[in-house]
Amino acid sequence: MAENRGTGQEKAEHSLPAAISAQRVTKVFGDGKNKVLALDDVSLTIEENEFFTLLGPSGCGKTTLLRLIAGFDQPTSGTILLRGEEISHLPPNQRSVNTVFQNYALFPHMTVAKNISFGLEMLGKKPDVIEKTVGDMLALVKMEALRDRRTDQLSGGQQQRVALARALAPRPQVLLLDEPLSALDYKLRKEMQIELKQLQHDTGITFIFVTHDQEEALTMSDRIAVMHVGRILQVGTPRQIYNQPSERFVADFIGKSNFLSADVLAVEGRHARLKLSSGQEVGAAIPDGMTPDGSVTVVVRPEYTQIFPKSNDAGDLQGVLENIVYLGTDTHYHIRLPDASIFVTRSQNQCKVTEAFRAGQSVSVVFSPDSVQLLRC
Amino acid sequence: MISPIRKRPPFSLKSQPGFGTIAGLCFVMLYAPIITLVVYSFNAGKYISMWEGFSLQWYVAAWGNEAVQDATIRSLYLAAQASVYSTILATMAALGTTRTPPFRGLTAIYAMINQPLMVPEIVTAVALLILFAMIKSLTGIQGMVYLVIAHTAFCIPFAYLPIRARLEGMDLILETAAADLYATPWKTFWRITLPLLWPGIIAGAMLAFVISLDDVVITEFVKSSGQETLPTYMLGQLRRVITPEINAISTLLLGLSMLVVCVLFFIERKFGK
Ligand SMILES: Nc1ncnc2c1ncn2[C@@H]1O[C@H](COP(=O)(O)OP(=O)(O)O)[C@@H](O)[C@H]1O
Ligand SMILES: [Mg+2]
Repeated sequence: MAENRGTGQEKAEHSLPAAISAQRVTKVFGDGKNKVLALDDVSLTIEENEFFTLLGPSGCGKTTLLRLIAGFDQPTSGTILLRGEEISHLPPNQRSVNTVFQNYALFPHMTVAKNISFGLEMLGKKPDVIEKTVGDMLALVKMEALRDRRTDQLSGGQQQRVALARALAPRPQVLLLDEPLSALDYKLRKEMQIELKQLQHDTGITFIFVTHDQEEALTMSDRIAVMHVGRILQVGTPRQIYNQPSERFVADFIGKSNFLSADVLAVEGRHARLKLSSGQEVGAAIPDGMTPDGSVTVVVRPEYTQIFPKSNDAGDLQGVLENIVYLGTDTHYHIRLPDASIFVTRSQNQCKVTEAFRAGQSVSVVFSPDSVQLLRC
Repeated sequence: MISPIRKRPPFSLKSQPGFGTIAGLCFVMLYAPIITLVVYSFNAGKYISMWEGFSLQWYVAAWGNEAVQDATIRSLYLAAQASVYSTILATMAALGTTRTPPFRGLTAIYAMINQPLMVPEIVTAVALLILFAMIKSLTGIQGMVYLVIAHTAFCIPFAYLPIRARLEGMDLILETAAADLYATPWKTFWRITLPLLWPGIIAGAMLAFVISLDDVVITEFVKSSGQETLPTYMLGQLRRVITPEINAISTLLLGLSMLVVCVLFFIERKFGK
């Protein structure tokens, strides 16, 4: 496996074609009145050796996209390339792509080892190769002790590991994971997140991971595609997605955001002066590819702001502190702005026993122009 | 009078007046004849309704009766063949109706497969008699083949039902997973579908076996002379003097059916999930 890993990385460096490339893929289910547009003109490039995440709320088409890549369904239009080769017409058993299913789909009439060897047997590998690979896989997911168990005698976490080992054993070019952690409890999920990330790193296989959990996506991914009702809204690294959301939905779905509407007063280079609806004037950096004019929306993350007791008219925002929510690691301050909307700021707690603010007092909020994101309305 | 304020217990059929009596009556009607049959099979006398003491003589008589032996062997042979063929066909039908995307006319196909359950048996019997008579006169082929075909046909829906139920309970995702792991459709069938389907197939086969073993009407019409099965032999006996030998044979048939039911139950408990 070590050799394979080496060649895998070399290939990536010599800019081979992308692991998966979806071009203008549309998928329609049903017809007439029951027509569902599950994927709407989706184009996507996933690089070799990437941990790529499809993130979006339930029903946005994540599973549908995975099923098209795996070959369980055919796109209504558009093409899908695997390492540069068109695979749209190939049945699932002829694609070097394996899936970890949401509910694992382990074969109940086979042992753990038999489940793992199934794919290798179907590929016609020699018995000694199969034996060795199964051993390697069991070690990889730390399940050696349970190799002869029936799969219905395993816990959820163990089934998860078997499903992973089974899908990795044939060394697919791409591994698809459909919300594999959603059935696990919180603690185990956190552990598996780290293990999965490690596994991807160790094997060098491209992972396409599906989740509706934004925190999970941010933790694990090299890049994230945010999906909403059959469309891909934004693709980027976790930092890009979090700090430069391209649409209001993205900013709202990932992390917490304050949305302020504002009018553009002046533009100087990549910097704009804005007049907030509350009357206050603030500065903001202009994101690439955007020419702000007229009215815009300012996205402000609660943790990129600071709250002060109101002394004079200084600060970017003024308001009345309504609520103080103490969360241990940090504190949320809910501030009622003059236009009656609520603005949330968040500050990390120091080891202080007393709270410096109290509800009802007037406060002002400060944020730096670089820490906000401008959106067209 | 029950006061309206008093809280009533939740509705239960058991608490209705007369429930016990009716239930008891039903059980008596179901089991009294069977118990009488079994008891009188041990009768020492030669009348089926006059008890003259305990004896196994009618079992011995039945065992030694060449006509009974002949009919038994024919019945078992016929039931075994009909059950194998009808189960194979029913399995294919069940796969065709559950492992393909829904298509137009699926309901019509269900109706066609279950047709022997709806059409009066006597109609099927007469129809087969006429058809087979034509074939016989055209081709000159004689023998058990007609009985086997007839039994296979009416056993199909009985074999089909448990197999289809099992298939519908099986998640299609397992076959999808097999395909994902490079199994061809054929390999998927042999390695995944069939092993998981076995309990349904066995149940279907046993049901078909019992149904075939028990059939009178169609067999009576289709059989040629000298092709008595156990039930038609017994029917024939009714036209002569009836002795408890009939009881003994019936009791043995009953025992066989109960054995099959027990095995079915065991399979359900062991594999059915
Ligand atoms: N086989 C199908 N038939 C009809 N509609 C479907 C089918 N599969 C998915 N859909 C619809 O397509 C949309 C996307 O579904 P899906 O890809 O499962 O979403 P996600 O995995 O993101 O929750 C949903 O509206 C869903 O109802
Ligand atoms: Mg899904």
